[in-house]
Amino acid sequence: MPVRVELPHVGETVTEGIIQKWLKQPGERVKRFEPLAEVVTDKVTMELPSPVEGVVVRHLVPEGAKVPMGAPICEIEAAEAPPPAEAPGPPKRPTAVLEEPPPNMVMGPTGLRPRGEPPAPTPPERERPPLSPVVQRLIAEHGITPEEVQRIQGTGLGGRITKQDVLRYLEGRTAAPAPPPPPPPPPAPEAEEEVVPLTPVRRIIAENMARAAREIPMAWSMVEVDVTPLARWREAIKGEFERKEGVDLTFLPFVVKAVVEALKEHPLLNASWGGDKIIVKKRVHIGIAVAAPQGLVVPVIHNADRLSIAGLARAIHEKVQRARQNRLTLDDVQGGTFTVNNTGALGSVLSQAIIAYPQVAILTTERVVKRPVVVDDAIAIRSIMNITVTFDHRALDGHQVGAFMQAVKERLEGMGPHTPLY
Amino acid sequence: MAVKTVIEAIREAMREEMRRDPRVIILGEDVGRRGGVFLATEGFLDEFGEERVIDTPLAEASIVGIAVGAALNGLRPIAEIQFTDFIWPIVNQLVGEAARHHYATNGQVSVPIVVRSPYGGMVRGGLYHSQSVEGFFAHCPGLKVVCPATPYDAKGLLKAAIRDDDPVLFLEHKRTYRTVRGEVPDEDYTIPIGVADVKREGGDLSVFSYGLTLHYCLQAAEALAREGIQVEVVDLRTVKPLDKEAILTSVGKTGKALIVHEDNLTGGVGAEVAAIIAEEGFTSLDAPVRRLCGPDVPAMPFAPTLEQAFMPTTEKIIEAMRALARY
Amino acid sequence: MSDTLTIPSIAPGKHRALGLNPEDLLDMYSKMVLTRVLDQRVWALNRQGKVAIVGSCTGHEGAQVGAAWGMDRSRDIFFTFYRDLCLLLTLGITPKELLLGYMAKAGEPFSGGRMFPGHGVYPKYRVFNLSNVVGAQMTKAVGAALAAKIRREPTVVLVSFGDGATSQGEWHEALNFAGIHRLPVVFLCENNRWAISVPHHKQMAVPDVVLRAPGYGMPGRLVDGTDPLEVLQAVREAAERARRGEGPTLVEAKVERLMPHTSDDDDRRYRPREDLERAKARDPIPRFRSYLMGEGILTEEQDKAIWERAQEEVDKATDEAEKAPFPDPSTLLDHLWATPPGRPKGG
Repeated sequence: MPVRVELPHVGETVTEGIIQKWLKQPGERVKRFEPLAEVVTDKVTMELPSPVEGVVVRHLVPEGAKVPMGAPICEIEAAEAPPPAEAPGPPKRPTAVLEEPPPNMVMGPTGLRPRGEPPAPTPPERERPPLSPVVQRLIAEHGITPEEVQRIQGTGLGGRITKQDVLRYLEGRTAAPAPPPPPPPPPAPEAEEEVVPLTPVRRIIAENMARAAREIPMAWSMVEVDVTPLARWREAIKGEFERKEGVDLTFLPFVVKAVVEALKEHPLLNASWGGDKIIVKKRVHIGIAVAAPQGLVVPVIHNADRLSIAGLARAIHEKVQRARQNRLTLDDVQGGTFTVNNTGALGSVLSQAIIAYPQVAILTTERVVKRPVVVDDAIAIRSIMNITVTFDHRALDGHQVGAFMQAVKERLEGMGPHTPLY
Repeated sequence: MAVKTVIEAIREAMREEMRRDPRVIILGEDVGRRGGVFLATEGFLDEFGEERVIDTPLAEASIVGIAVGAALNGLRPIAEIQFTDFIWPIVNQLVGEAARHHYATNGQVSVPIVVRSPYGGMVRGGLYHSQSVEGFFAHCPGLKVVCPATPYDAKGLLKAAIRDDDPVLFLEHKRTYRTVRGEVPDEDYTIPIGVADVKREGGDLSVFSYGLTLHYCLQAAEALAREGIQVEVVDLRTVKPLDKEAILTSVGKTGKALIVHEDNLTGGVGAEVAAIIAEEGFTSLDAPVRRLCGPDVPAMPFAPTLEQAFMPTTEKIIEAMRALARY
Repeated sequence: MSDTLTIPSIAPGKHRALGLNPEDLLDMYSKMVLTRVLDQRVWALNRQGKVAIVGSCTGHEGAQVGAAWGMDRSRDIFFTFYRDLCLLLTLGITPKELLLGYMAKAGEPFSGGRMFPGHGVYPKYRVFNLSNVVGAQMTKAVGAALAAKIRREPTVVLVSFGDGATSQGEWHEALNFAGIHRLPVVFLCENNRWAISVPHHKQMAVPDVVLRAPGYGMPGRLVDGTDPLEVLQAVREAAERARRGEGPTLVEAKVERLMPHTSDDDDRRYRPREDLERAKARDPIPRFRSYLMGEGILTEEQDKAIWERAQEEVDKATDEAEKAPFPDPSTLLDHLWATPPGRPKGG
């Protein structure tokens, strides 16, 4: 009887994955835990390990197919049951084997836990009772996403989401338009066109961007930051830093440091829109936008507020490297509360980023450029870095964002040799 | 409009139908000279005579068997069984015979009888004057089973039952006979069998009941309204056939269902209502379907403490409603 | 086996006192023959698997043809039981109609194939055979008589039953009520001394059913059920009494059951052979034939012709019934309610 392999549930907000590539074909043997396929979820490629040893019978879905978590994707004829106990002979020396924990588990200091950071707490934090039939129906009928469901306040017994809770949520949600009509079928390509099929990552990026554009009323602001002292200091120490730490010291860790501290003073920007409430996150997990070859990915520096500038430099480097090598895990990309996009690295001096749904703000740091500016009523040449913030105008107003940006600006403008790196 | 008790409404219904249709006769123990032990037929012997108001021997099986035979030969008999506790000998002629004749003869004959019987407790009746029997009979295809709770419903439904060409078991909760009063029109009217009635509208939860407990449910709903919970109280009125449409419409509105009846829990009418909701109203449900019923013991005992412990009282109903509202 | 039982012949000229002419007698005899031929045919069909159940009439023909002739077949009401094949044929129901019932075919008049053969109602002949619960017909028959009395109709109700039915509580309730209210009922017991395997002495403490009659306030008549004329006379007198408003009568006709209880019964398990042999000696058909020949009403050729005619009629009816279709499954839910319940449509 062949074993049906299902796409396992991974990640708190992931509901589906794309089978990017089958690594084992029908007829091939596969060992337990050996990778069966490459699956892309949330723009991260992961390898799906085989749950059993055996021979692949058939694939149930083709490459490129989008599959919900839990759906069967292939069948494996499992190997025979373990052989019967051997006839008693001379007692064998007991052997011990050191085994890796299964790939979906992580060995922590005090025990084995499922891979994937626990999600940032969403009030109420305790386990909620299951959804009743009418609630499930309303969710399906109105296309309420699992993320949205997480945000619905349950007023029933034990925090249960009641029918009334859903109906109330839907009323508040009318700010968002009805689910978009299905896109018109694309016109057939003509002779002078070339069709570029979407990679899984591209598809996910497209969906996320469209969604943010659709649902979030975005406003944008920019300030100029005079980073002359910082630039000089960085220039002076970066060589030694790179030799000592093995990672380069860009402006980014300084920016992230300033952002993280400013967020502590202006916590409303470290939040998500919850329909009828703003959910302020207590931890600070900064997403760093990276232009990877497969597309834009945003690995997250978790608890960035606990890292020093050097620590941030190392963490950013490590994430960026893996992103570029397409080696990010789901863990790496989940849980972000605020995003920093180093558009300056691409040469931009002004850009208008799109918010990483469902956060309420994103900050870009533009290219540091020497400009003539007025200082004390005289022209001076200064290193100027523009920073911009795109924000969700439902949650935030200009003055809050402006105050936040001033805080970032002040910190950056105050950084210099006296600033602790560690 | 005149205000009457349930027993007065029942008496009026029968009297009017007997005047209207000479084929209607009444037979049962003590229905004639005594006017019935509950005076349901008081004055009938004098008005309609011995031929049409027959004091039968103490032989329940024959009361209904003879009624069936008379119905087969053109009359419209009302057979009274003095207490539902004594109804068991009639199962042969009512369930085994009368309910089946129309179907069995391929529609050639029907048995237009009404079997009336007082049921239910809270009258210190003990095991043999308190039984609820509707669960057994509601199971039987071909038989209609009606349980009115108000004088208005009792009169309209009894008239409909007498005019109905099928056998109808008309169960009257004896505690409502004199304690429930209501407006009853003097004019002729009938209420269709198989149609429930929303006695109180509300959006937070639906309660389905009949008979005496219907009134307790209304009292409980009043109490909960003061707590801001709006209960919809649906009087089933007919327990066979059930008004599926009314049941599903109400649950569709509130998402929560509580069924209350005095009869024993297991296999009672509530089980059928719950099954209907689970099967056909599943996607409306915001909570499990609940039943609050008499416990599975052979009957309501004689001692007052035990009688109270048995009965789904207003207090118990309030608790059940409140818990469901908060689910 | 030596037969020590002497069956007395029917007294010569008996029929004349009853106002019957030879044609009437031949009609009666033909019906008995037709019953016997049809009975044997359905047994054969049962053994072929074409008829699921047969409750044979064999041995009861005399009592039934006599009883039918004693009533007013144009207006009286008949509550019958499962062994009354001859009664049904004498009332005018045809072998084909009955065979449709035996084969459970659509268009069968009593119940459209929903009940056992010959069970249901045949309104044209005022026949009610509504149940297989033994004795369930008793109170219903009494109720029908009550209705006739209230409606001032000169109808008399004949209700037939076996010895076993007389033990049912409802049997006693029925006679009691009929006696109290002097209802126009003829209670006809076709006593063949066997209720499946339970013999008479285990069924009742008295040798005759008729002994109960005075206990219910009515006369009892004990008659030889294998003599159609005797039964006719008793039933006729009872019917006339009832029609005059003098109340019910209990007529007990001693008959013989010459076959097992039904096609599902094997009476070799319980019935002593001598009992069956003695019973066969009381077969009503040869007895009546003897009488008719003795009276010069029936010749050998005529007898042969009657048997052949019966055979032809049964053969033809069998063919027609076999060709008839079974009831369509889509009709299963039809006729549940005479008055459809629920909300009035379009209201």
